[in-house]
Amino acid sequence: MNSVILMAGSRILVALLLVFSVFMLLRGHNEPGGGFIGGLIGAVGFVIYAIACGTSSAREALRVPPETVAAAGLGVALLGGVWAAVDGDAFFTGQWLFLGATEDSKGLPLSSVLVFDVGVYLVVFGSILSLVFALEEEV
Amino acid sequence: MSWLLAAPLIIPFAAAVAAFLLRNGPWGRRVSVAGSALALAASVALMVTVLQEGVVAAQMGAWPAPFGITLAADLLSAVMVVITAITGLAVAVYATGDITERQERLGFHALFQVLLAGVTGAFVTGDLFNLYVWFEVMLIASFGLLVLGGSKEQIDGGVKYVLLNLVSTILFLSGVGLLYGMTGTLNMADLAVTVPEVENQGLVTVVAMMFMVAFGVKAAVFPLFFWLPASYHTPAFSVSAVFAGLLTKVGVYALIRVFTLIFTGDTGYTHTVLLWVAGFTMAVGVLGAAAQTDFRKILSFHIVSQIGYMILGLALYTPLALAGAVFYLVHHIIVKANLFLVSGVAHRIAGGTELGRIGGLYKTAPLLAVLFLIPAFSLAGFPPLSGFWAKYVLVKASLEAGNWVIAGVALAVGLLTIFSMTKIWGEAFWKPHPEGTDPRLSSLPAADRRALIVPIAALAALTCVIGLFPEPFVAFAERAAGQLLDPEDYILTVLGGRPAVPVQVAEALP
Repeated sequence: MNSVILMAGSRILVALLLVFSVFMLLRGHNEPGGGFIGGLIGAVGFVIYAIACGTSSAREALRVPPETVAAAGLGVALLGGVWAAVDGDAFFTGQWLFLGATEDSKGLPLSSVLVFDVGVYLVVFGSILSLVFALEEEV
Repeated sequence: MSWLLAAPLIIPFAAAVAAFLLRNGPWGRRVSVAGSALALAASVALMVTVLQEGVVAAQMGAWPAPFGITLAADLLSAVMVVITAITGLAVAVYATGDITERQERLGFHALFQVLLAGVTGAFVTGDLFNLYVWFEVMLIASFGLLVLGGSKEQIDGGVKYVLLNLVSTILFLSGVGLLYGMTGTLNMADLAVTVPEVENQGLVTVVAMMFMVAFGVKAAVFPLFFWLPASYHTPAFSVSAVFAGLLTKVGVYALIRVFTLIFTGDTGYTHTVLLWVAGFTMAVGVLGAAAQTDFRKILSFHIVSQIGYMILGLALYTPLALAGAVFYLVHHIIVKANLFLVSGVAHRIAGGTELGRIGGLYKTAPLLAVLFLIPAFSLAGFPPLSGFWAKYVLVKASLEAGNWVIAGVALAVGLLTIFSMTKIWGEAFWKPHPEGTDPRLSSLPAADRRALIVPIAALAALTCVIGLFPEPFVAFAERAAGQLLDPEDYILTVLGGRPAVPVQVAEALP
């Protein structure tokens, strides 16, 4: 599609959507959001870019094939589950690290649940993009 | 305990990720083979533990049953996991000689490992909704494998396959929803306790029938089997072999699990329906096979027919019959996967699977002929191969139950199976090749030949071992059947009557 307005708009939109997708990913543990929805929003960013500038430049911008992103995401999600082995807990037990925790504050809670969510984000992001790119490129 | 149960799932997933990231080189297939070997080791470890300690269960994420996801393995689950791993390893090795580089680059090995993970997951899960999830994992992976390469024929088979499986999935999910509405739980052990207490037992039977139809589609029983012969002859031979060996058996396993553990209130009705289904499945499958002239299509129809035997074991619902069903499951997975692998080699050296166009294999490839003969006659039930004992136990169980008709059907179907096998034998092996060529194994590159023949020979050897020393296997099947008919140990272990994984929920919350 050759639309100057869309191309100009897409630059802002892509950046906004990507940042927003990370925001959704990170707030996902206690509030609406999470890896799935974050991945979808992130994928939408690249889809807009692909519509505005063509699939080949979207692939270039992504640098890695989207299928690889999805597979890597599966690996990261698996890592989030296997992490529990370090403390000898059951598979997929959430492991928590409270950064800077004091008596009355929990500090910054980091968890293996977040690792799993990042994995989900990558799987959704990668698989949606593989689908969309494949559909765009077909004759 | 948790890791013991989770390892057969973690390994194939990890192998899938690694194989996909390395899909452009030779390491992808090496990772796939290594992962399958590791998974086999992990499943054997699980089997040993189950044999020693009885049912094992673990709560994923340390959320206690019935709230979290439980993985549980009794003898039936454990043996299915082991046999999945054996088939997985055999096909992974075979695939190194069978799969083209193009299919590898499209991610064959990753999809294959995910499929194995899905099958294993369905066998070890102790939760109905989780079972649904594993079915989905399996469906997604199998659809990918089915259409990999993208020929027109494959897409045609794939569409039928996916459509009918989706219908089954929707039915399954609706059944799960209704069951949850009635009992408030989806943990299988918990359901075994709560379902008999539901006031409206009529509704329970309705839900039971929904599950029967849903799993019946997956297991390819009469009259829901037509997707199977329409799709199984189209993909790569490794793919057909693993589908034929494992996928329908997951449906049979789910039927056995659900109709021995949860829906046992009205066996007079549900198991009579199953008995009719079993009889028709056996007969229609074998008659369908008699009308086919393609190597793989004949074998596909035979899957349907053989599923009938397993359902028969479940339908009779006696200790001996269930033992027969378990024995049959194990025997059939090995034999059926092996026959499809043989058909792949025949395709490679004789140039097709259409029986009219090939021939002469007996004269010039006698090794392949022997390797076909073993699983084929085992399938038909020749003594002393594994199929004979499987059929013997089931026929004996039907006679003991006083059900002469079904015993007669089972024997007649066995006879017709021999007819189909001799048809393949006569056409593909004895008849001279119509084009006058001599199909030889030596025409294959040495590396391919090794990769193709070794798994076939190993599986054939396994068939012979089960056939010549059936005693421990039958004893094992009887123990497994005993556990199925008396699920108290299973329920207690899952629900924590025995000390399972310690619960530390409070500490895990932020």
